[in-house]
Amino acid sequence: MGVLVARQVTKRFGGLQALNKIDLDVKENSIYSVIGPNGAGKTTFFNCVTGFYTPEEGEILLDGKNITGLSPDRVTQMGISRTYQNIRLFKNMTSVENILVGMHPHLKSGLIGGILRNRATVQEETEAFEEARRLLRFVGLRGQGDMMASSLPYGAQRRLEIARALASKPKLLLLDEPTAGMNPSETQEMVHFIRRLRDELGITVLLIEHQMRVVMTISDKISVLDFGEKIAEGTAADIQNNPHVIEAYLGRGAASGLGKSETQPSAAD
Amino acid sequence: MLRTWRQRITLTDVVIWIIGLAIAAMVVFGSIKTIALGKYDTATWINLTITGLALGGVYALIALGYTLVYGILRMINFAHSEVFMSGPFTAVFAADALNAAGLWNTNPILSLLIVILVSAGVSSSIALLLERIAYRPLRNAPRLVPLITAIGASFFLQYAFRGFFGSSLKGYPEMSIFQGFWTIAGIRIFRTQATVIIGAFILMLIIYAIVQRTKIGKAMRSVSEDKEAAALMGINVDRTIATTFALGGAAAGMAGILYLLLFPVAHFYMGFFPGLKAFTSAVLGGIGNVPGAFLGAMVLGLLESVGPSLFLDGLGIPAAYQLKDAIAFTILVFILIFRPSGILGERLTQTKV
Amino acid sequence: MQTQDIQSPWKHVMQAGLLGGTIGVLLSLVGMVTAFSQRFIISGLFTMGQVIFLAPILLMAYFAIRRVSPQTNQRVISMGLLAGFAGGVALAILLIIGRLVNLQAMFINASAALYRILAFGQEFVPGLLILLVVSTVMGGLAGVIFILPQRLRTAIIQGLVWVTLVGLLRDLIVTVTTRWGPLAGLFRALFASSGLTLIGAVIVFALITAIYYWRAGQPAGRISLFDFRASSNKTPLIRWLTIGAIIVILLLLPPILGLFFSNILNVVMMYMLMGLGLNIVVGFAGLLDLGYVAFFAIGAYTMGVLTSPELNANPMTYWQALPFAVIVCVVAGVILGLPVLKMRGDYLAIVTLGFGEIVRLLALSDWLRPWLGGSQGIQLIAQPSLGNQILNTQQELYYLFLIGVGIVAFIAWRLRDSRVGRTWMALREDEDVAVAMGINHVTTKLMAFATGALFSGIAGTIFAAQLQSVYPHSMNFLVSINVLSLIIIGGMGSIPGVFVGALVLMGLPELLREFAEFRYLVYGALLMAMMLIRPEGLWPEARRRLELHESIEPTAAVHPESGVATEQTGT
Repeated sequence: MGVLVARQVTKRFGGLQALNKIDLDVKENSIYSVIGPNGAGKTTFFNCVTGFYTPEEGEILLDGKNITGLSPDRVTQMGISRTYQNIRLFKNMTSVENILVGMHPHLKSGLIGGILRNRATVQEETEAFEEARRLLRFVGLRGQGDMMASSLPYGAQRRLEIARALASKPKLLLLDEPTAGMNPSETQEMVHFIRRLRDELGITVLLIEHQMRVVMTISDKISVLDFGEKIAEGTAADIQNNPHVIEAYLGRGAASGLGKSETQPSAAD
Repeated sequence: MLRTWRQRITLTDVVIWIIGLAIAAMVVFGSIKTIALGKYDTATWINLTITGLALGGVYALIALGYTLVYGILRMINFAHSEVFMSGPFTAVFAADALNAAGLWNTNPILSLLIVILVSAGVSSSIALLLERIAYRPLRNAPRLVPLITAIGASFFLQYAFRGFFGSSLKGYPEMSIFQGFWTIAGIRIFRTQATVIIGAFILMLIIYAIVQRTKIGKAMRSVSEDKEAAALMGINVDRTIATTFALGGAAAGMAGILYLLLFPVAHFYMGFFPGLKAFTSAVLGGIGNVPGAFLGAMVLGLLESVGPSLFLDGLGIPAAYQLKDAIAFTILVFILIFRPSGILGERLTQTKV
Repeated sequence: MQTQDIQSPWKHVMQAGLLGGTIGVLLSLVGMVTAFSQRFIISGLFTMGQVIFLAPILLMAYFAIRRVSPQTNQRVISMGLLAGFAGGVALAILLIIGRLVNLQAMFINASAALYRILAFGQEFVPGLLILLVVSTVMGGLAGVIFILPQRLRTAIIQGLVWVTLVGLLRDLIVTVTTRWGPLAGLFRALFASSGLTLIGAVIVFALITAIYYWRAGQPAGRISLFDFRASSNKTPLIRWLTIGAIIVILLLLPPILGLFFSNILNVVMMYMLMGLGLNIVVGFAGLLDLGYVAFFAIGAYTMGVLTSPELNANPMTYWQALPFAVIVCVVAGVILGLPVLKMRGDYLAIVTLGFGEIVRLLALSDWLRPWLGGSQGIQLIAQPSLGNQILNTQQELYYLFLIGVGIVAFIAWRLRDSRVGRTWMALREDEDVAVAMGINHVTTKLMAFATGALFSGIAGTIFAAQLQSVYPHSMNFLVSINVLSLIIIGGMGSIPGVFVGALVLMGLPELLREFAEFRYLVYGALLMAMMLIRPEGLWPEARRRLELHESIEPTAAVHPESGVATEQTGT
């Protein structure tokens, strides 16, 4: 059984069926991508995993433990972290502060400690700052600790968001369109970076992505959603040639043999 | 469903529910006691009810401004209470002028028409100015900013009026056709009260018709739903928003005229309490919702008028009328805690991820 | 940057001037001009009243010229003159109408006295002409200032501002310096019975202009005396010396200021206390609490109820009652915070407003009179005592306030840079994400409310002790607005901002009594102006300035290494 298992997850909004009996099995230490046309339900699925939404049916298990319907903060404590499609950093706080907030579950000092600055608090804060700076270096933002989050360039903001997500030491990291708005070289860097997450930190990554090149290059496994249903699952090769997938993206006529050149990884990757 | 319900209920929810139920119980208990003791006779109750309905009518018209603006901009126009206040102020000056010219009592219909037009015009203009100067530049600012601007605008207007016109109470001349009362089915209703209730009702209908039937009303509703989509449909968003403010402002101005029938005095601070109560009414009925505003206002007016005698007295509270404003505020707190979508609940969904 | 106006620059400038004049008209009708016309800036020459109706023209002309620049120097001056003239026309219209119609029936300030002031003391026709000329000159002055080189311009503007300020604060300065022996005579020579003497004005102007001119020429950027950050480039010794000097001055303020101004200082201190508390609720945690006066009232009333022999067989002393008051306030903070946990923004504000009013109405009611004194309030409240000495003069109570502010400021400062502070800020920035990161929004919000309530309550207890009584009438919405205004204008979330805000917004109306009438008018205008122009406040925390400004103005250039931003004032 994998790190994350979703069984028959169903989510409805009034009359709208956003997710219909979704099954997913994410192996540990892998990169798993969820793709599909706009509106397929990918972010909704993320929201179900992280506890923002509670599915009407089905269950979600993290390392065998049922986390369905838990509140978001509990889900974070259990080891899942995420980034957001439209970057939700704490704009009026510095990079370091953003990361420190990410560490919140692991820090203990409270009101009294904060006022008195006793030895334990000071030590905890120092270590936390160290760790935060280490994370900054890891994501390539060395020296930008005291910059306001909102004054960072776009690519740096994305990386900061990931750093913040990493601060809670997650087992599973959910990345929602991490390469959105990036140019090819930035995208390249992000691809390398996601691989490092898996290889160096041993984190399992669940990814929503639109850029096919990225998906096909780094994914160990891919699931395709369309109108809330899973229409295909498999390796990159499986997905590329799957007529249902091509149809979902390009329409019925395209299923006959097109699409290959679109989604093949280029030699440069 | 049940399992999530259980997981999401917290201690705070429980505490709040307990306090809420306790207060509700006290209200019921007090009411029962008052009725059992038979302290007040039917005539008094009817009197209080009619007063409540009249008050409700006024609140309803003011509430329109709040509800329409909230629907379209998702912000509370804190300064609307001053938009309201400008109506009676203008009316007093106009009425004094007409009175001096001898027209006030000899040509009541004409005088009233002039006063209404002038007051509604002024209050509408102030609403428009507010929108243009204080709110439009801040449409994309974080939520706290326009709210603070609105508070600033509210005080600015209050004290500007005070500065211009002085802090003394300004009396509204009585009009002879409103003196006295009518007797319907053995019940005595003051002419002023009847006029207010009927007038408010008619005006609400007119405005409801505008919002539901006319093109500009449709534009208002679509901008409330989705600003971008409305713009893509060719609707001039800025102009629609301005119209909304103007309409709400005019309604408030007319509310002011009716208010003067009940309390013939204008004062720079007069907008504060009615404004808050009108807002409470809007929320009570369902914010963003015209019939809701009317319903909420009636309920609030009734509770405010009948309440102190009905339940506070029964609980043994002396001089219960002192706390009638507290009733309104308590209702506000209650509604926002337990049912923020109001009675005719329009759920303005919270956008999450 | 704003795009160049398509309309002709002349038209724009004229409209601006007209607007400035209209503002002058409004300020006259509101009564500010007449109220301030007794106070001279430069004795015998300029009164504050004149400044009030002429300054808008000057300012509008200046901004308009800036908007339509670049233009040739002659054009700039001509435009300035045009703007000034337009402004004068607006004022002139008021004079003309006033002569033809009895405006005073409606606008109570449209009095003969006002007209005389606007006409510079002359008869109608010459007065009108002088008004037009002076306004035009004002506009031209704006133009002249604009074409000066940057360094000189800033210096001269500062000079003018300081002359006005010093002239206004004449009473304060003279009183303070009276005890300075020989120096006293020097200062006295600068001033007349009201405002500066002409020579005094010239001296102040020259001095300030020179100082700012020199300062602007310094390469290392601004040398600020008040920069206490560890990263500032001053040796620790200088930092500690500055802090030490400030502490000494603070301790000696009451004797320096004398009795009258010590009173004012106490008011300022009290609002600083409350401001620091509300700063945490609004500034750090982003919870707009409009009912803040409730906690002030609860603190004051608890002190009253426990220490007054009117209500108590065994009244406590101030110090005995203080811990109780503190606990009651904290509990109140939690209780009033519980219902609003789920509310955001506007609704939160209104509900807290409701709470504040409910508390006031309850305190005022006859129902609770046996316990709270009803509309009469509570009298004979105990005053704090140290040993045998009862602290009952304003000057002695000042030290109580000072200690209070010191403790509270310390707590606020420490919390800001702690985990709790970050939690508050994260909640303010994006509640959903903060909660997703494991932040318990219930405890965090309640902590903010409780801390804010605590600070306000302490202020309330000292207030009660100071007056030896509490009245429900003084626990009203306006107090909440006072505190809110000062933290917003000082700088939301900024601790130094609270001090500046309290000094300026609470101190000035007390110092310049004419202001008291227009206090809330000015607060309202300032709140609006601040949100529109400078939402980060007058003295923001150094870093916050960077971003709030950006969301409304174009981005500042950022230095990659040092992370320091240099703002571009560009097109």
